[in-house]
Amino acid sequence: MKRPELLTRILITVAIVGAVGAPLYIWSRTPLIHAQMSENGGWSPDVLRAEVGKPLHLKLTSDDVMHGFAVGQMDMERVDVEPGKVTNITLTFDKPGIYTFFCTRWCGLNHWRMRGTIEVNDSSSDPEPASIPLYVSLHLDIDAPHDAASIPIDQPSAVRGQELATDLPVDLSAEYYRSHSPYQAFNDLANTALTDSQRWDVVTYLWQLNTSKESLVNGKQLYVQNCAACHGENGAGNGVFADDLKAAGDASAQTMAGAQSMTMQTPANFTDPTRMLGASPALLQGKILRGGMGTGMPMWGSIFTDDQIWDLIAYIYSFQFEYHK
Amino acid sequence: MAKIELTRSLFVKNTLKSRYPQLAVFIVMLIVYIFAILAGLIGTPVGSHNFSIVFVWIAWWAILILIAVPFFGRGWCAVCPIPLPGEWLQRGAVLSPPDKRPKWLNLRVPKMFRNIWLQNISFLLLALFSSVLLTTPNITGIVLAAMLFAAIGLSTVFERRAFCRYLCPVGGFIGLYSQTAPIELRIKDKQVCVKCEGKPCYNGSQAGYGCPWDVFPGGLTKNTYCGLCMECIRTCPHDNIAVNLRPFSADLAKPSTRMDEAFKAFIMLGSAMIYASVLLGPWGTLKDAAYNVGSSAWFVYTFVFLTIIFGILPGFFTLGLLQTKDSTPLKQRFASLSTALIPLGLMFWVAFSLSFVLTNASYILAALSDPLGLGWNLFGTANAAWQPMLTSILAPAQTLALVGGLIWSARTAQKAANEVKVSSIPVIVYCFIVTSIMLWLLL
Repeated sequence: MKRPELLTRILITVAIVGAVGAPLYIWSRTPLIHAQMSENGGWSPDVLRAEVGKPLHLKLTSDDVMHGFAVGQMDMERVDVEPGKVTNITLTFDKPGIYTFFCTRWCGLNHWRMRGTIEVNDSSSDPEPASIPLYVSLHLDIDAPHDAASIPIDQPSAVRGQELATDLPVDLSAEYYRSHSPYQAFNDLANTALTDSQRWDVVTYLWQLNTSKESLVNGKQLYVQNCAACHGENGAGNGVFADDLKAAGDASAQTMAGAQSMTMQTPANFTDPTRMLGASPALLQGKILRGGMGTGMPMWGSIFTDDQIWDLIAYIYSFQFEYHK
Repeated sequence: MAKIELTRSLFVKNTLKSRYPQLAVFIVMLIVYIFAILAGLIGTPVGSHNFSIVFVWIAWWAILILIAVPFFGRGWCAVCPIPLPGEWLQRGAVLSPPDKRPKWLNLRVPKMFRNIWLQNISFLLLALFSSVLLTTPNITGIVLAAMLFAAIGLSTVFERRAFCRYLCPVGGFIGLYSQTAPIELRIKDKQVCVKCEGKPCYNGSQAGYGCPWDVFPGGLTKNTYCGLCMECIRTCPHDNIAVNLRPFSADLAKPSTRMDEAFKAFIMLGSAMIYASVLLGPWGTLKDAAYNVGSSAWFVYTFVFLTIIFGILPGFFTLGLLQTKDSTPLKQRFASLSTALIPLGLMFWVAFSLSFVLTNASYILAALSDPLGLGWNLFGTANAAWQPMLTSILAPAQTLALVGGLIWSARTAQKAANEVKVSSIPVIVYCFIVTSIMLWLLL
């Protein structure tokens, strides 16, 4: 074989091997976390590992639509994960445990299923045991109906309630507020001389007393980011995914439990006084922490802190009560 | 305008005769091609950020249809990397003179396939799946790889570049439209070829290989099947091959008589109109049908697509021809006068391509900096925002292309009609109607 032929063959071989090998090598050494809509697989990989105190560098990319990334119960700025682009983020954990990372953009009907976990180890200490939530210690059956037997005819007023409450033996503590529904508090005022309307005013005052402006602001932000997609910005259960959820419920009802499944897929309506005035903060805490079994309501216990959940509950009640006027 | 022989320049001639400049381009193109396949398979599935989609369907397509084909004819075929591995395997060499004994089966392509019907079919297959192909990187990667392996496979079974000549989905229309290009490869003196012993341009010699495109340069009268590979310039012992600059559409003065080429013109014309409707039009149902490959709506779309191309467009064309009484057989009139659709089809594609190329060209910057979607920023343009370009000139440019194409086609129709001695009016009216429809679709 002549020298030019030989050299050319070597050159072509090197070029082809390089064109195949170099991208494959670089690609295999660049671990990306891919985000896809839940229907297409969600996060991949969805289980990550980290060490306490050691920075965890992540490269996130979306394979379909705009997603977002945040880690539950962690003070961090949520970041966007754009289609075809790579977002770099560095996380450092100061406590061991299993953290949940989740999508923060309403990417699709099953957006809330887009979750993964980060297992953070620390050889020097064990994870802190979780405290028992209030709804568990109160033995509340959060799947049973808790509707209020009666509701106010007019919108109750905290201002009027404050004037009425001064001479009454009302328990204004946070413990009472969290463990009682507005309707239970209304009932506890049955032995007073107040009219029904006045009793609802006092209940409203009681709820306002346990609701700071700051918690309403925080709760609203959490609600808008995480809840409004299904429950609607006005709380009426008519968010942008509500119809799709109902349709999915209709479809599942054909093979599952019939009408019950179908109705369970409808997001709760927070403007419905019968439902909301019968629900205690502890009950709502349970619903938020654990989620709705067999429904589209996700569990938020691994994402929200306790304080965030109480703020969210305070905001949800504002669909019923007229505060701070 | 007279022809200008470019190969009179020693620099041009020597550059074309030497294998090394072409080889250097080939190697670069092959690397880019293989990279495009890999990018399609392992890169981001987001088409607008994947090198394979952006570089094949935006950058390459823009260069091909807006520059290469109109100005250089089969210029792309001259540097296309797809046939190279198969050809090197077939020859058993890259540079060395050919062996007398073939290394593989070296069969002749059966006569029934020695036309462009297979290319018509392969183009239509890609066209029918194009909504998915043009947007899904791994499908693009698979198709690019399949073309490479098909070319290799055919090279081991058949002689010469069977893939390029008879199967390549883009080769067919490049050949058709190359007739309009202002560049050609031709012999200088026919008598020299007649007397030439052994016809090394076709059969090969120690100086080079026989025409890979299965063309005897001595008989070349149009660009359609000359791949501009320059092998004959190297093998001609009499320096009788020239590359010429010439007036646009010089080949169209000699109308085709082949039905495969005639239908190619209709396929390209119809595809441009359907693409304009699906990709640029406001009809969501149509778009859904085209995208949902395999669905019943897609089968309806396929039926309509094929009906337009093989029924409606040629049907009305034939009806127009029947308006004039003539002794020339209808089939011959059909084939000859369809030549008039070649410039119009090319301009349809130019006008259509301007839309999506100018709209999507800004993706090229991002894909250049991060071709595999791994978070690189090689040229600082990875985060370049999508921005349609030159939107203010788009509509005027498209109008100019379409009206120019209509005038060009009308002139071609007159020449073709003179050849077969019939009236050109029905064809001109036909061209006017389809141009009006295309204008409505695009503007």
